[in-house]
Order: sequence, then C-alpha cells, then structure tokens
Amino acid sequence: MSYEPLVIAFLCFWCSYSGADLAGMSRMEYPANIRVIKVMCSSRVDPTHVLYALKNGADGVLISGCHPGDCHYVNGNYRTQRRAALLGEMLKQLGIEPERVRVEWVSASEGEKFARIVSDFVEELRKLGPNPLKKESVEV
Amino acid sequence: MEIRVGVYVCHCGTNIAGVVDVEEVARYAATLPGVVVARNIMYTCSDQGQGVIREDIKKYNLNRVVIAACSPKMHESTFRKTLESAGLNPYLLEVANIREQVSWVHFREKEKATEKAKALVRAAVAKARLLEPLEKKIVPVERSVLVIGGGIAGIQAALDLADAGLKVYLVEKSPSLGGHMAQLNKTFPTIDCAACILTPKMVDVAKHPNITLLTYSEVVRVEGYVGNFEVTVLRRARYVNEKLCAGCGACADACPRKVPNEFDVGLSKRKAIYVPFPQAVPLKYTVDPVNCLYMKYGRCKLCVEACPRGAIDFNQKDEEVKIRVGAIIVAVGFKTFDARRVPQLGYGKYKNVITGLELERLSSASGPTGGAILTSSGKKPESVAFIQCVGSRDLKYNGWCCKIGCMATLKQAFLIKEESPETEVYVCYIDMRTAGKGYEEFYRRLRDMGVRFIHGVPSEILEDVDGKLRFKVFDQTVGRLLELRVDMVVLQTGLEPTEDFEKLRKMLNVSLNSEGFFMEAHPKLQPVEASTRGVFFAGCCHSPKDIAETVAQASAAAAKALALLSKGVVEVEPLVASVNPEICSGCEVCVGVCPYKAIRLAEHEGRKRAKVVDALCQGCGACVAACPSNALELKGFTEKQILAQIKALISEVGT
Ligand SMILES: Cc1cc2nc3c(=O)[nH]c(=O)nc-3n(C[C@H](O)[C@H](O)[C@H](O)COP(=O)(O)OP(=O)(O)OC[C@H]3O[C@@H](n4cnc5c(N)ncnc54)[C@H](O)[C@@H]3O)c2cc1C
Ligand code: SF4
Ligand code: SF4
Repeated sequence: MSYEPLVIAFLCFWCSYSGADLAGMSRMEYPANIRVIKVMCSSRVDPTHVLYALKNGADGVLISGCHPGDCHYVNGNYRTQRRAALLGEMLKQLGIEPERVRVEWVSASEGEKFARIVSDFVEELRKLGPNPLKKESVEV
Repeated sequence: MEIRVGVYVCHCGTNIAGVVDVEEVARYAATLPGVVVARNIMYTCSDQGQGVIREDIKKYNLNRVVIAACSPKMHESTFRKTLESAGLNPYLLEVANIREQVSWVHFREKEKATEKAKALVRAAVAKARLLEPLEKKIVPVERSVLVIGGGIAGIQAALDLADAGLKVYLVEKSPSLGGHMAQLNKTFPTIDCAACILTPKMVDVAKHPNITLLTYSEVVRVEGYVGNFEVTVLRRARYVNEKLCAGCGACADACPRKVPNEFDVGLSKRKAIYVPFPQAVPLKYTVDPVNCLYMKYGRCKLCVEACPRGAIDFNQKDEEVKIRVGAIIVAVGFKTFDARRVPQLGYGKYKNVITGLELERLSSASGPTGGAILTSSGKKPESVAFIQCVGSRDLKYNGWCCKIGCMATLKQAFLIKEESPETEVYVCYIDMRTAGKGYEEFYRRLRDMGVRFIHGVPSEILEDVDGKLRFKVFDQTVGRLLELRVDMVVLQTGLEPTEDFEKLRKMLNVSLNSEGFFMEAHPKLQPVEASTRGVFFAGCCHSPKDIAETVAQASAAAAKALALLSKGVVEVEPLVASVNPEICSGCEVCVGVCPYKAIRLAEHEGRKRAKVVDALCQGCGACVAACPSNALELKGFTEKQILAQIKALISEVGT
C-alpha cells in the first residue's frame, strides 16, 4: 500500500475550528488525511501531545489558532508560538524533521486558507515520507 | 461504574449519508469498547432523533453519548439538552464532526471519508469514556448594554433595550447621532422623509432616562466576558461645555474659518466650530481642532467672545470613562466606496459627475441647494444618467452587491422626474435587483414614468467642451452601442466596511468575513450573534442592508441581548482548570501564564499552592500546558482525554 501521511491537527475552537467548518460549508476540498482534535485554545496543546502523536505514528502535527493579536483568550497563541519554537529544537535533537510540526494561524473566515494549509502540509509530508518513529512506535 | 456508551451516526438527510457510509460507521461503532448501542439516524437533531436517544438512555442505561453529525458549533447545545431531558448530565456528550469536516470536504472520496468518520467516532468514544459529569457555572450579569454606533441601527437597538428597562450606553464616534440616514432625503420605496422618521427617534434617545449618550466618543478597550464586560470609552474634548451650550450657534456665526462640510459630502461649508447638521442630537457645538485657528495658531477666540453662556472651554481634555455592561451591540455602519478609485468614470475630475450620496444632499431641503438638483453651473439638468454598481460586484474593487444601490437610484430618479418630468433620466445597470416589499412595484412605476433603463454600464466617461458628459454604453437588451450626452452623471457607489471594523474586531474578539463585514455565529440561525457570547451585530456593519432590514436586525439584536441578560445571571461553561495541590510545587508558572489572573496562591497543608478561581477562569488551558508538574487539569480537555483521542485517531481501523 502506498504511503498516506496521517496528520493530527489541534484546532482552537474560536478561529481555526470555525475556519475548518467554513471550508466545509463552502465545500472546499482537502485531503482526508487530517484528523482534528478540538481544543478551546491552541495554548492548551502541550508539547508532550505532539511528541505523543509522533511517537504513536502520526506523520505530522498541525497546531492552529487565531492570528497573533486575535486570541480569544487574550494571548494564548503567543504562548503556542513560543512553545512551538522550543519544540522544533527538541525535534531536531530527537532526529525528527521539524517540518512535521506546523503552527498556522487560521481565522474563522479563512476556510480557504485552512483547506490550502492541509493540502500543502499533506503534500510536504508525502515528500518527507513516513515518520521515522513509526516502525519503532512505543506506547507511552 | 461501568461505562455504557450510545453512539448515534446522523445521515443529515444526504448531507452526510450521501458521502459517508453511515450504516458502516454505526456497525463499526458498535464494536468499540464501552459501546452498548450504536445507530444511524436520518436527522439526529429532530424531535424523533432526539427521542431515540432519550429512550436509549433509559433502556440501555447509557451514561455516555457520542453523536457523529454536524459541527458541535451547530448542535452541541441541542444534544446537551437532549441528555439533560433524559436525566443524564449534559457534559457526558461528545460530538464527532463528520459533516463540516468530513462529508462536505471529502465528497469525492467516499471510502476515505467513511474511514475518517470511523476514526473520528473512535476518538469520540475514547474521549467520551473519560468524560465526567460537570455542573454548569452560574455567574451574575450586569443588566446593561453597550451599543457602539449611533446610526439608525444603534438608535433602534438602544431604544428597544432602554424601553425594556435595561441601562444602555450608546457610544457614537461623531458629534451627533444619525449616521447615514440623517444624510438621506427621502427613503424608498415609500418616499417618506428620512429626517421626519429619524429625528424624533434621535430625540427619544437623548431624553430616555435609561440611555447614557456618549457622542464624540470611542470605545478603546474591552475586557471581561459575557455578562461582565469592562469597557473603556474615550470621550473626546469638544472644547465646548455640553452642559452650558444651548446650541444657539452664535459661536459659529462669529467663527471666521470655513471648511468643507462632511455632512453635505463637501458640497457646502461649515465653520471650525459647528454642529454637523441643524437637527443634530445632542445639539451641542464642537470645535474641530484640526481647523480651529486658535488651536492651530494660538489666536482668534472669536467664538469665546460670541458665546453668551461662556460655554467654550479650550482647556478641555480627552477623558477616559469606564463602564460595565453585560452585552455589547456593534452597529458601526459602513462607508461608501470612493469613486475616485475608478478614474475612468471621472469622479473628482468632472464637476458634474457626482455620487448617489451627493445627490441625496442636493435633493434635501436642508441641503446645500435647498433641495434643488442643480449642475455645477447652477442649472437644472436636462438629462441625468445613473451608473449602477460603482465599486460593487466587481472583483477588482468589491465583489459584493451593495444591496441598496438599485433602489436608491430608483428613488433618486423618481425625485428628479417628480420635480421635472421633462428631464431625461437614464439608468445604466448590470442587473436591476429590486427584491423587497413594494420594491418591484416601485421599479415598474419608474418604468412607467419614462425613465430609460439601459442594460449595460459604461467603462469611461468624458467631458465635452460645453461641460456635457459623454459616454458609450452597450445596451445588451437591444444589442446596440449607444452614445449618450448628459448634463449630470450620478455614480451609485457601493457600501464598504470602515477602517474601524478591524480595531473593533480585535477589541471584541470577533471575526470579520472575507469581505470585511462582521461575521455572525451562524448565517441562518444566529444572524445577529457574534461567536463570542454577549456580542451582537446590527445594521450595515454586518452586511449592506436598507433601513427596514437594519431596524429589524437592530431590534433582533436588542431582543437577543435582553434575553441574555433578563434573568440576571448567565450559565457559562464549567470547563475550567483546577489544581491538584498534592502535586503542585508552588512554582507560580501558571500564575504568570493565565490571561485572566484566575490563579492565586493559597495555603494548602501549610504550603503555598496554586488555586484556580472558577468564576474568573475562561478555560483556555494555557496554564495546564505550562505547568511543569502536571498539577493542573482542564475539565472537558483533560490530559487523559486528549491522549486518548490522539491514540484513537492514529490506531488503524480494527486495532
Ligand atoms: C446614497 C444612499 C441612499 C440610501 N437610500 C436609502 C433609502 O432610501 N432607503 C433605505 O431603506 N436605505 C437607504 N440607504 C441605506 C441606509 O443608509 C442604511 O441602511 C442605514 O444608514 C444603515 O444604518 P446603520 O446604523 O447600520 O449605519 P450608519 O448609518 O452608517 O451608522 C453608523 C453609525 O456608527 C458610527 N460609528 C462608526 N464607527 C464607529 C465607532 N468606531 N465608534 C462609534 N461610532 C461609530 C457612525 O458615525 C454612524 O453614526 C441609502 C444609502 C446610501 C449610501
Ligand atoms: S505552574 Fe503548576 S506547579 Fe507551578 S504553581 Fe501553577 S499549578 Fe503549581
Ligand atoms: S484555563 Fe486559562 S483562564 Fe483558566 S486558569 Fe488556566 S490559564 Fe487561566
């Protein structure tokens, strides 16, 4: 069977989750490789969630929240941004391509952007190939 | 206690079932651990659908429910009520979004869509198994409302709320209430006088004991949340003491400085101390600090001498006032498209090319010509051509329809024809859109009055030496290129968002749609509500609309705000954070992270430990992810629940 990347996406309820819904309402197609987990704010996403997903065989993780300055919870997305930067460093040390984790800002009106990001990301993950941790997947 | 999950996979007619094999998903769901019943239902949200769930809860003793259907944004609250009515805690529900995020976006990949739906159901069941019953939080609310914008939308909303007994703060940016409607002459399709229906309402606002009117003011900060917003309003200095000013205008008579009057779209002059128009509310003069000679050069003060009441006060300063409100209605209107952006049409270059709004002022009895529609040389035009959709319905400018342009043109054409039936009137249009009560009838009447409708719009307007305007237009109806020469061209410009929308969007944490207008929570079912609870929209800031629609929407927004605040309390989600004091090390990382200052240190067995103040926590979860000791947990989004979802989403079907 050919490789189909699997993406776990954490979407904040206020912006990105609504953006994903809008993509649906507007019937904008994107690859079915993405599986969404709803969080109220992207700042709820702990780096361990990302690692856990990668360790268990996800090929990519998308974290998406409101645009900087627009967080429903004042400044949660800035925290997400900072954490993501640190996480990127950590991934490198673990031998995982940092490109497997993406942080994107999608507002509630950006259904098209959401669809584009997913298509793009899945394409990139196709090029990267399967997550190297997949075979040795360990349970946490 | 044994976990007993019921799973309901919705067809949503063919919305889901047309793509996703719902029977297969339900069959699969039945095999998942903890699931005791799984069904597919045509319309889960219907009375019948909900009935099935209620019966199952009793019959199978269910203590968790998973619904695979449309977005939780749409019906989560509906299904929470279903659980409640069956005696189950409403928070023992999990929704898998298999419509917006599956069938509607993967409609060409049915198999993949079905697999994805299964994965989402698997994750929902995994999370549901770990859900706990929660008690709704009840918080007291401020029984007052902030209305931003004093056009007809804001006026109507404020009056409705104030009549219902709520306290209203109406904040208007300009020196007077009224907005665009105050600039209009007559209103379509009834041709009644705009001022006659608007001015009394403006006066009512000013007199109403429940309304605090803050004109020449702007909202600069909004904090808090539904029921408890804390708003900072900047009151700009008028340099006139509002209490002392009697509105006599002696100051303006004395003022030597004349500048273009924006109320008349620059067609007349006003003084540097002014009221925007004679019926302004409040009728208080305002010094325009940019143009006042004293403010600019430190000399003049003729107004001070002229004022019989000593009302002018150049020492006034801008002031910040703080108000507390339970709800906010945004009614900040629109601006008209700047016709200079289409230079070929000659606006700003040729004097007799004007806009629809300018024609409103020209035809108004209170306008610069006393109501006479005249060309720049002061003559009555023998021919007038209207050009529709200027800056509208054109992806180069604005893609949307301004919705009122066709009717505004018909109204203005009527006024011209009524005054002088011999004037030739042409209307160049892309489509005539006259949907509305009595609108089509009005259109027919105009046809009967001899207005000539040309199905096509010109791309260029030129001026002849004699000042006449000349253009070519291809009339699609007759398939001929026409060449017209007229005395006056009226550009019916579109309606646009203003620069303020972006500022307000940020302040209020709401969204704008791709066109830049404020975005409602749901286009059909929540057309006046923002997705942020406690915020509502009214009037043209939400989308272009005429006065009747604006007023209807304003009353709707008022009713929604009233419904929200009438009980004196609101229920808010109990999805808050909590600290396990046994694990907490008291490092205070979370204290700094929380944007609501909801975490305090408290004594626990002789040591300082973090403690979440429920009433303040908004449930973002930032603290949970930040805590180095894993001492924090967010209800409804616990660590265990999220990990279970991740795992379930990754594991292959059947494993
Ligand atoms: C040429 C023309 C002709 C028309 N003719 C008709 C007609 O015949 N019949 C009809 O039904 N409709 C007509 N309309 C449409 C009508 O003008 C609108 O439906 C109506 O004015 C909308 O009211 P509103 O309160 O939403 O917006 P507005 O009238 O724009 O009022 C908004 C108010 O908010 C204030 N504001 C803006 N930003 C802020 C801020 N940040 N803080 C505080 N206050 C702020 C503004 O100063 C203004 O007072 C016409 C429109 C045009 C352009
Ligand atoms: S961050 Fe965690 S350990 Fe530190 S004070 Fe807050 S709850 Fe306690
Ligand atoms: S969940 Fe958010 S709002 Fe609540 S205490 Fe934690 S950081 Fe503060």
